[in-house]
Amino acid sequence: MQVATGRSILNGIAIGPLRIYQKKETQTAQTSTLTPAEELERFESARLAAQKQLGGLYDKALEEVGEENAAIFEIHQMMLDDDDYLDAVKNIIETQSATAEYAVTTTGENFSATFAAMDDAYMQARSVDVKDISGRVVNILTGQGDKDLLGEEAAILVADDLTPSETVQLDKSKLLGFITRHGSSNSHTAILARTMNIPALIGVDFNDSWDGKLAVLDGYNHCVYVEPAAELLAAMEEKRKEDLKQEALLQGLKKKPNVTLDGKEIKVYANIGNVGDVGLVLQNDAQGIGLFRSEFIYLDSKDFPSEDAQFAIYKRVAETMAGKKVIIRTLDIGADKQADYFGLDKEENPALGYRAIRICLTRREIFKTQLRAILRASAFGTISIMFPMIISVREVRDAKDVLEECRKELLAQGTAVGEVEIGIMIETPAAVMMAEELAEEVQFFSLGTNDLTQYTLAIDRQNPKLDAFYDPHHPAVLRMIRHAVEAGHRHGCWVGICGELGADATLTETFLRMGVDELSVSPPAVLPLRKVIRGLDLSKPSHKIL
Amino acid sequence: MRSFQYTITDPIGLHARPAGLLVKAIKELDSAVTIAKEGGKSAAGTKLMAIMGLSVKKDDVVTITLEGGNEEANAAALEKFFKENL
Repeated sequence: MQVATGRSILNGIAIGPLRIYQKKETQTAQTSTLTPAEELERFESARLAAQKQLGGLYDKALEEVGEENAAIFEIHQMMLDDDDYLDAVKNIIETQSATAEYAVTTTGENFSATFAAMDDAYMQARSVDVKDISGRVVNILTGQGDKDLLGEEAAILVADDLTPSETVQLDKSKLLGFITRHGSSNSHTAILARTMNIPALIGVDFNDSWDGKLAVLDGYNHCVYVEPAAELLAAMEEKRKEDLKQEALLQGLKKKPNVTLDGKEIKVYANIGNVGDVGLVLQNDAQGIGLFRSEFIYLDSKDFPSEDAQFAIYKRVAETMAGKKVIIRTLDIGADKQADYFGLDKEENPALGYRAIRICLTRREIFKTQLRAILRASAFGTISIMFPMIISVREVRDAKDVLEECRKELLAQGTAVGEVEIGIMIETPAAVMMAEELAEEVQFFSLGTNDLTQYTLAIDRQNPKLDAFYDPHHPAVLRMIRHAVEAGHRHGCWVGICGELGADATLTETFLRMGVDELSVSPPAVLPLRKVIRGLDLSKPSHKIL
Repeated sequence: MRSFQYTITDPIGLHARPAGLLVKAIKELDSAVTIAKEGGKSAAGTKLMAIMGLSVKKDDVVTITLEGGNEEANAAALEKFFKENL
């Protein structure tokens, strides 16, 4: 047994024969027997054909891995329109009487070398893209179609490097995993692997004698075992089976509605902390983002994030979600979430202290910067705003006034602003008791069950000694939730749950019976929750009482 | 001639996708556009790979210069583009 290590792109296990893929150096004649004008024409028609292929790949990727990840093929199409690139190819054809193949290969190598020499990891990774588009044009010129990298049998593909288009073209039913010598975790190929859920290792120093041998790719431990010992193989097969069971269950649920056996539907959204999570939201087929914790933008920053910086983030999330609802919770900082530059005082009782909306309403310049950024982004998707830590109607009205002020300022400047739904977090007992009045002010409630539990039970979440007393299923908490749902509905608000209880399968039936309209959970919890919902039958009498 | 400066806020800098969109936007304008990075490197606004080759990162200041055509309106359009995408 041989063991080699690398960097794992995805936690997962692949077991199967290794297949080493060697890119064939296509021998192309350098000097053409045709006239430069004829070669230019060959190049032009191959270039157009390549762009057409890329259009097809974009559509395929869009379907399989989402808009954000498909964009690379649009960029490839644009690279094939690049003036410098085209001029270089034409120049070689004209001055050296070269074949189009030779001119494209040489140009690709030159541009690729330029990118590879940059001191920026992202740009270095682009050198593969240039090689990729050049290879595509050359393949068309030499009459080779897209290569079949995998052969007949399912295998773990081993290669020096894989281009994004090679990765997308691979027949997923035969691709067990892949191992590359080069490549970065930043590369599009790595991102695609992650999104397609294929175990992959990069930076592995393999040797050609591995070809055809049985191997275990262990993504959890960042290594590959070639000709594994029988015991290890058996253990890995067991682990793989577990993973597969889980995966099959979830894949089967994609694109299915969140509906109970007796036909009651509930929305399942996902919670995110930053732009990077959006891929997971789409991958797990959430219907929207029920909680965008905007404070992470502040926590990841060394100083107050500017309006433009925030706008760029909100806009990207809204656009990537393509019209699906994105609920942005305004800054919820303080208590256990601290950023030095806010200059907040140490408090005796931070959970009951100066935090969230209390900071926003007293330091309005911070609040306005965020609200302006959100309003500007609202022109690019479906955005809702949600205010945290509300205890009174006064606070909601004040917050709405600031929002209105921002909207007017933006409109006066001629900046586009979209329709924005307004809601509040219900996470204090005060908000529950005031739910009737609060519902008159807003369009939705979202129950933050973590804080609601802590405040209702008077139990500090941060104190481990209290774990024995902390019971999120306490009837007091569940009655709070029921009260808020009923009060909200009486006044035309929809009501969701975005705290941890939302993903608690033992409460899903209770929430559905209460009439909760939406559950927002971490992206990996979306499909398991869907499974629970689809197994419930509310027409049967419930044994649970509150 | 009209020019303006912009400080990049996108965490990965002027990367492939916005660079692509930028070139697309610039090609629709009737001004000749140049994008320059502090330190002297510059690229024509219609050249995708040259712009990517500037390797513009977060917090870099770029100078965008427009010549000919409706400079004022084009500059405003580009400024808006930078604010929204970068």
